[in-house]
Amino acid sequence: MSVSTCPSEPAEAAEGGLDAIDRAIVLATQSGLPLVPDPWGAVARPLGLTGEVVRARMQRMQESGVIRRIAAVPNHYRLGYVANGMTVWDVDDAHIQRLGREVATIPGVSHCYRRPRHLPEWPYNLFVMLHGKSQAEVERQAEALRERLGEACRDHRILYSSRILKKTGLRLARQPGPPR
Amino acid sequence: MAALDELDRRLIDAFQRGLPLDSRPFAAMAERLGVSEAAVIERLRELQQSQVLSRVGPVFDHALAGASLLAAVAVPEAERDAAAAVINRSPGVNHNYAREHDFNLWFVMTAADEVQLESRLEALEEELGVPVLRLPMLEGFHIDLGFPIPWAELETP
Repeated sequence: MSVSTCPSEPAEAAEGGLDAIDRAIVLATQSGLPLVPDPWGAVARPLGLTGEVVRARMQRMQESGVIRRIAAVPNHYRLGYVANGMTVWDVDDAHIQRLGREVATIPGVSHCYRRPRHLPEWPYNLFVMLHGKSQAEVERQAEALRERLGEACRDHRILYSSRILKKTGLRLARQPGPPR
Repeated sequence: MAALDELDRRLIDAFQRGLPLDSRPFAAMAERLGVSEAAVIERLRELQQSQVLSRVGPVFDHALAGASLLAAVAVPEAERDAAAAVINRSPGVNHNYAREHDFNLWFVMTAADEVQLESRLEALEEELGVPVLRLPMLEGFHIDLGFPIPWAELETP
């Protein structure tokens, strides 16, 4: 890996193996597709591309994993999921793979990740995001989860969010010199 | 909860995991739902307007940002808002939540690569005067693909 000797921001261009056209498409679609019969064409025209190119490139970005999905993305809060708890679990490393996959299928779970411990202050290696209608429901989900994890789980915590201080979603920064 | 009729629910159920990547995606959706393309577009606009849908479009993976991780700091409650402001203006931060724990600020830091990520974290540690807990994802068992929405259950008070 080469390290830039320039202290200023290195171009965030090589991100995810995207070229300038991909980046222009990301910038044009990251806050949503235009809701018109031909959304690809509508994205393409200001970029001097064709709708078919935009559609094919977005499909390719999805296949390569840069785009997880192109979807109608619900706002869970507006659907009534007003309580969310980031639950963190100290799970025996010998069983975490199997248990992680099992836990991921429990209703109300939106994310389930393994992350490193930092002992002694942070013993938790499994992160499970739970969503419910109320704090009580999140607690019931967490209890079901604890039962599922059984003796492989030594300890856990539910960290409720008391305030959203910033939430922009993943965004590519605009750069000078957009592609023509 | 926002008032949603059956078509709204069918739209969300059928397409929260993905749209058909057709040349006319809303026409393809309409065909599956047995309604007109214009009706699908109108519903999506309304659902977006009322913020039931945050958008209709791509959800990007963190791979897009090159390097990223979940990070946390423990700061005294009295200093929390000031620390949050420092974190929010730090380059590459796209989420920041206050949580009820000793580690009371949780944020996602992104950068073009691992080297830049580490230098951003170190700069932030210096400015905040506390260590940053680094929690990169080691393995994803389930990554935000939406989950089935139990409509009936949501309606009970």
